[in-house]
Amino acid sequence: METNSTYNYTVIRQFSIMTVVWGIVGMLVGVIIAAQLVWPSLTFDISFLHFGRLRPLHTNAVIFAFGGSALFATSYFVVQRTCQARLFGGPLVAFTFWGWQLVILLAAITLPLGITSGKEYAELEWPIDLLITVVWVSYAIVFFGTILKRKTPHIYVANWFFGAMILTIAVLHLVNSAAMPVTLTKSYSAYAGAADAMIQWWYGHNAVGFFLTAGFLGIMYYFVPKTAGRPVYSYRLSVVHFWALVSTYIWAGPHHLLYTSLPDWTQSLGMVFSLILLAPSWGGMINGIMTLSGAWHKLRTDPILRFLIVSLSFYGMSTFEGPMMAIKTVNALSHYTDWTVGHVHSGALGWVAMVTFGAIYYMLPRLYGKTEMHSAKLMELHFWTATIGIVLYITSMWIAGVMQGLMWRAVNADGTLTYSFVESLERMYPYYTIRWLGGVLFLIGMLIMALNVWKTVSNGKPTVAAIPQTA
Amino acid sequence: MSTFWSLWITLLTVINIYACYWLIKWTAKKREGEPDAGEVTGHSWDGLEEYNNPMPRWWLWMFYITIVFGVAYLALYPGLGNFKGALGWTQTGQYDTEVTNANAKYDPIFKKFASKDLVALAKDPEGKEAGRRLFVSYCAQCHGSDGGGAIGFPNLTDKDWLWGGEPEMIKTSIMSGRNAMMPAWGAILGDDGVDKVAVYVQKLAGRKVDSVKAEAGKAIFNTNCAMCHMPDGSGNPMMGAPRLSDNVWLYGGSAGAIKKSIKDGRSGKMPPHRDFLGEDKVHVLAGYVYGLTH
Repeated sequence: METNSTYNYTVIRQFSIMTVVWGIVGMLVGVIIAAQLVWPSLTFDISFLHFGRLRPLHTNAVIFAFGGSALFATSYFVVQRTCQARLFGGPLVAFTFWGWQLVILLAAITLPLGITSGKEYAELEWPIDLLITVVWVSYAIVFFGTILKRKTPHIYVANWFFGAMILTIAVLHLVNSAAMPVTLTKSYSAYAGAADAMIQWWYGHNAVGFFLTAGFLGIMYYFVPKTAGRPVYSYRLSVVHFWALVSTYIWAGPHHLLYTSLPDWTQSLGMVFSLILLAPSWGGMINGIMTLSGAWHKLRTDPILRFLIVSLSFYGMSTFEGPMMAIKTVNALSHYTDWTVGHVHSGALGWVAMVTFGAIYYMLPRLYGKTEMHSAKLMELHFWTATIGIVLYITSMWIAGVMQGLMWRAVNADGTLTYSFVESLERMYPYYTIRWLGGVLFLIGMLIMALNVWKTVSNGKPTVAAIPQTA
Repeated sequence: MSTFWSLWITLLTVINIYACYWLIKWTAKKREGEPDAGEVTGHSWDGLEEYNNPMPRWWLWMFYITIVFGVAYLALYPGLGNFKGALGWTQTGQYDTEVTNANAKYDPIFKKFASKDLVALAKDPEGKEAGRRLFVSYCAQCHGSDGGGAIGFPNLTDKDWLWGGEPEMIKTSIMSGRNAMMPAWGAILGDDGVDKVAVYVQKLAGRKVDSVKAEAGKAIFNTNCAMCHMPDGSGNPMMGAPRLSDNVWLYGGSAGAIKKSIKDGRSGKMPPHRDFLGEDKVHVLAGYVYGLTH
């Protein structure tokens, strides 16, 4: 039985399982909307299966349901073990689980019904926004409460990143979602015009920066050195890249609004800070990869390590691509094309999902009284289907995006457009089909994972882990 | 922006960029009694330790280069509050320059068609090709790349012209745009009245209909609709009132669509292109559109 002298693993088990469940749901919806782009009448024009309704469902499900559950599970695991303290907050802990699941359930109902605030990645209407706020504040109390009662003298680097994520997401959510309710299901944003767009992308970009980058760097900083069995490469590097990352990321939002009605000075600042962000972003990749250096031979035998190294590679690639796309002249070509979609997915599939898989594969057996997952072969299979899926996805979107950008700007000798929009769309068929296939492969990988998790859980039994009493 | 906000932005930006530089310098400094590179710091969490390795030199250089680039960019371009930047660049300025350059380059190409009359232009292969390219760029979004139109957007390939099909009328439509307004009759005629007129309109189009209803509809039509659509339903190109006595329907020809047009009204808007494209391009376009049917 769990007592005050044991770690709270129950909530971690719950969030870990739901990570897998929501992963399947979110990616399935992604595969459906990718298929709609190839076969537009696939869902018979049924309103609640329309692309416009399912797309926010997909993004919310993968970011906040899959990614969110992964962050809760790993941060609760890491903060307890590196602080040698049981989670603070008593019933609040269980509330964060059930509250967050309720948010997801409400999203899954309201979004297909077309109930939306229309703000990208923040589509949920005001009553759900309020619920998110309550759950998130509870999360902060649990997390920082646990930090405060730690038995270790210092705070481990993974917890800096989780902490920064929790604080910043709270601020972003509160400011961006400020709205005037009209009815239970309809509200109007507190902002208007270019200011609304700026607030929206300040939020949107930092949801990527703090939820999907800082939070998952927290995961990286625990599970990479654990799996490699080596100390973190450089403490100094972690200090510099942490502070530089959190201070410059918050400026980068305007790069989503280059060449729009946003004032010139705001656009320039967004571009400059996006470029300065390159080194701080790469600091995390270097620290992760250099930690593995010296344990390269383990890559041959440990599938978990393979997930982690590939995730770091995609992290490095997309954090290089991001600053490049933020340069005005590059953005003039890439903006509004599928290149952006490819960029997002190299981060979301390559980095966020892969590091999550590694972390779950590491944690899960330990939560169920085992030393490893049911089948290493299945992990291997998952690794390859997922990796091939990502490569298909990203390369097809690169080609599609650059092609769109070039076709849209191509002019004849008399200055007229060489291609109509529909012509550029027509050329997308093969690439949209390859992208869909990539998504299908990634989803199959997720199902393989679910099978492996199922086998591991049903053969194991919940662990009770005592808190070590010596620091 | 006021001086206060300008200073606020400048200060925050400069402090943040400088703080990055300071952070590197401060962290890189070796302190008394610190472990050497390759040694762990001495802390341990759940068995995890950290080396006290220095930051990779190539990475630091990359960091410095981006900082230097950032500072230089903010000196040259607008960014620090009200400071305009040494180059005086603005995005509207860039746009204006590009448009001016494009006009200087492309205007002569269209100018040479200006003296040709539209009927001749419609037969000129070079003019037709130029017109087609303009059409695909600027008109196809509504009228379709073949000019076949869509619900609410007139078909340009038939002989039915809302605002007149003579070359000069077509040119006027493109130059100055058109605003068509069918008022909503639902509140005035009532559902029953709308129903009857709709039946009569179908009779005008030559369909077999209930003759009693059509007779009742005719009376309503003559009082309310004939002013624009003419008593025989032949329409009036002076105000863009569609001919009803054929089988061309701008907003759909089903009984339901006709009823909806009468009940709720319709509003058609062709935007003007005089300022946007200039007369020379419009001239070429008008020739092309005329040529679609001649």
